[in-house]
Amino acid sequence: MNELPSILRILPEVVLTLTGVLIMLVDASLPPAWPRRHLGWVAAAGATCALYASLLQFLMPEGTGFFGTVETSAFTIFFHVLICGLVLVAILISLDTLPDDTHHQGEFYALSVFSAVGMCLLTGAVELLLVFIALEISSIATYILAGFRKTTGRGPEAAIKYFLLGSFATAFLLYGIALIFGATGTTQIYEIAHTAATAPNRLFVDAALAFMLVGILFKVSASPFHIWTPDVYEGAPAPVVALLSTAPKVAAFAFLLRIVYQMFPSLHALWSPLLWVVAVLSMTIGNLAALRQQNIKRMLAYSSIAHAGYLLAAFAGVGSTGIAAAAFYTAAYAAMNIGIFAVVTVVSGYDEKLPMVGDYRGLIYRAPVLGCVLIFFLISLTGIPFTGGFFGKFYAFSAAIGGGAVILALIGLLNSGIAAAYYLRFAFVSAQKPAANHDQPPAPKPQIGAAVAAALGLAVCSTLILGIAPNEVLRVAESAGHTLQAPAPAPGEAPVVAPSARPAISMP
Amino acid sequence: MDGLNQSILTVILLVPLAGAILVALLPDRGKLPNWIALLTSLVTFAFTLHLPARFAAAQPGFQFEVNHKWIADPAIFYHVGVDGLSLWLVVLTGLLAPIGVLASWNAVKERRKVFFSLFLVQQTAMFGVFVALDMMIYYAFWELSLVPMAVLIAMYGRKDGPRAALKFFLFTFIPSAPLLVAILWLYAHTHTFNFVYLQILINQGWVPAADLFWCSLAFLVAFAVKVPVFPIHGWIADTFNEAPVALAMVVAGKLGLYSMLRFHVELFHAQSQAIAPLMIALAVIGILYGACLALAQRDYWRLLAFAAFSEYSMIVLGIYGLTFTGWTGAVYQMLNVGVVEGALFLLLGAIENRYGTSQIQAYGGLAAKAPRLVSFFVIASLAMVGLPLLNGFVGEFLILSSTFTEVSHGWAVAAALGVILGATYMLWLVQRIFYGAESELVHANSPGDLGFRELAGVAPLAVLMLVMGVAPSLWFSSIQTGVHGPLVSQPAQSKSPLKTPASSPNTTPAEAIQ
Repeated sequence: MNELPSILRILPEVVLTLTGVLIMLVDASLPPAWPRRHLGWVAAAGATCALYASLLQFLMPEGTGFFGTVETSAFTIFFHVLICGLVLVAILISLDTLPDDTHHQGEFYALSVFSAVGMCLLTGAVELLLVFIALEISSIATYILAGFRKTTGRGPEAAIKYFLLGSFATAFLLYGIALIFGATGTTQIYEIAHTAATAPNRLFVDAALAFMLVGILFKVSASPFHIWTPDVYEGAPAPVVALLSTAPKVAAFAFLLRIVYQMFPSLHALWSPLLWVVAVLSMTIGNLAALRQQNIKRMLAYSSIAHAGYLLAAFAGVGSTGIAAAAFYTAAYAAMNIGIFAVVTVVSGYDEKLPMVGDYRGLIYRAPVLGCVLIFFLISLTGIPFTGGFFGKFYAFSAAIGGGAVILALIGLLNSGIAAAYYLRFAFVSAQKPAANHDQPPAPKPQIGAAVAAALGLAVCSTLILGIAPNEVLRVAESAGHTLQAPAPAPGEAPVVAPSARPAISMP
Repeated sequence: MDGLNQSILTVILLVPLAGAILVALLPDRGKLPNWIALLTSLVTFAFTLHLPARFAAAQPGFQFEVNHKWIADPAIFYHVGVDGLSLWLVVLTGLLAPIGVLASWNAVKERRKVFFSLFLVQQTAMFGVFVALDMMIYYAFWELSLVPMAVLIAMYGRKDGPRAALKFFLFTFIPSAPLLVAILWLYAHTHTFNFVYLQILINQGWVPAADLFWCSLAFLVAFAVKVPVFPIHGWIADTFNEAPVALAMVVAGKLGLYSMLRFHVELFHAQSQAIAPLMIALAVIGILYGACLALAQRDYWRLLAFAAFSEYSMIVLGIYGLTFTGWTGAVYQMLNVGVVEGALFLLLGAIENRYGTSQIQAYGGLAAKAPRLVSFFVIASLAMVGLPLLNGFVGEFLILSSTFTEVSHGWAVAAALGVILGATYMLWLVQRIFYGAESELVHANSPGDLGFRELAGVAPLAVLMLVMGVAPSLWFSSIQTGVHGPLVSQPAQSKSPLKTPASSPNTTPAEAIQ
């Protein structure tokens, strides 16, 4: 079916793996006293190369490699580029903010890169065992990263919590895989798609879907599986949270899209209402909880839960529209979220001297550029036009309404009104005049290094591009939707026609 | 110059934005941001004057239209244009901008860069709302117009900026959520965001009529909050109280009123007819309630806020009378209120700059110290009150007379009562601030009369009040082409049975029109 060497199908993963191994080897062979910071640049270069390698895959014909276990298509390339970009930005943030005396800097960068390998593989895998392996590669790396601040009490707590609950969720996923294997006799996603509808034991298939959804919804921190998120975000170092809150979620959403649209289109009647409920719960719980937070990282944790909810609203969309909307939203969400964590990292510092919303008072006076960038990202998160956040939301809810879920869209948009309250409270506090309090010394002016500046620049530019000239990204997202919609026909079988009838639309 | 006709609206949108970026990039040194902002807004104003100069008053429909594809799917077009309805609102926005800059010349003492660049962004957003003919572009500008205002209230609020900013933002942002849902819902049925197509499609019954009521309600609520209409006026007093003078002056009222007329009444004929009695009642309550609240205020910003609320309710009354005269009066009154409130904001801002308080009680006998200030203030107050030969009279007269003859005697009488109350609170305000015994505050300080800069701001407005009062026909010819179109089609629409074109699901309605 494809003459292309299989290795080219996983080119970005190969590049990233080589980079990670190189960093580990160099780290181990350098004398202990030597600074490790430059390894970060190696990691950044590796991520850039991987990004380029993903773009190169556009030139390849779509298809699968390694005996039908990994796929290259518009869908995988979209997410590969996104994940590589996110890891690049996260590494750039860490470069300037990890303190020089941190031990294990080399490991930090190597782990970041390895986590990217797992995430990239997760989006490309079309074989459930490979999916599981990819998920583990990325998860284990992120578990360690989450506990990188070993000296504070919260660091290990966060890591343990993340690890225990994460493993629990992975176990669910594994159960799901086992069940679907039992029901259909295969773990290849295309084949499951063909056989799931006619499987003799429907109960197994339904249960498999439910278990897999639990596992994945945990990873994307959708409600009611979100409990870990605020604690982990609060305890993990800010540059790590920048990565944690974006890239793994992007990968998990990609896999979720694959599960529901490619593997189980026949179970639409089952997963569609489930995701409806999860979307509403996530948005509402996330936003209401965020309203009460004073700690910025906790607030942003709940905000990310809410955003997972908006994103799930796109799943109410029919067929490729829903996929394209969800894919676009992940990109928009990731761009602005990593951006805001970059700002938080710079202002609060690695050891977080300024963790509260109130500490940001007068930021725009202390550091005008940083203050403006912060307000920009908050505006984008709120969903104001001409930013990526608006377009993502617009696209997601327009897909939902197109699929007949008017009430879901209404709940979602009202929720974004609630969200505006805490985003803008934060924005306004940073725009407020600093308090004339002479008792305590004024907060130090945050320093922006070259790497962080590049990271912020990348995030701002992508958020703006997604908000002003989204055509190209939309086009790729749409072709991604189409590749996922049309499963490669298994040999000797007629392709299953996905249900694409347009449901009737009704207002409440 | 004819080549400019094609791009004039784009130029008007881009010049303030370019100015904003320029202000943001250049250093915050001395008065540099002020000068750039002034220059930008003057240039923009000059460009807006091109519109009435080249506007063909005899020709109904949109002019200076531009329609480019922006996003393929969903089909969003960069579609802008003006008709008689929006023409003068664009010019008014252009006029108030340089005056707003002058009004904040000394009032804004720090972070000038941020202030003026956001001020100019606000200009772009407002122009965008008035000229957008694609629902998505419209919505984008509508939302965008909230942000600079909110941030500036937070930064420059008099007492508790962030709280007032949040209140303003939430009050206006949350109702836009149903608005967006409604726009998207319309799109799901018609596959177009084009205002002109939507108008035809909705009134020909391409959209399920039963649900259309909810859809139109979502539009109406979003606009009514922004105006504001009783009983959703909770934000206005705090906002006027806290907002920097220049912003309150340029933003007040117009956006919501214009949207109401264009995107509710013109878009949903049947639905707006159905809801008109309710809106008339709310408008009259608003007129009286606002006037009574204004009478009770101790702070002149709050007084002005409730006076404005009362005035806007009067315009709402004109709109939902659904008469030709009423609409002409309503559009004209939008311009009047813009001019008059602009002048009042500027003058009261000048007083607050000099004496540092907005408590009416602290003043008295200011007339002797500032004769120029008092004369302009009295002119503006009289225009607001509706004295014949000044502009306020024309608009109010048209609205009230159309209500009386074509809607209901009772409501017209009640609304006229509001006019009397209006005269009471304005003249009482003049008396308390400018006449009577000199208060301690006024006695102790003598910061001088209006300076050249302030005169340059307020004098054109005063002249305009007089010209608009004496020669309204200069404006009516073009305004009436704007409000003419929809009224003609309205009776025909309400009689014709709704055709359900569900029989041809393969062609999208937008294609059918094309």
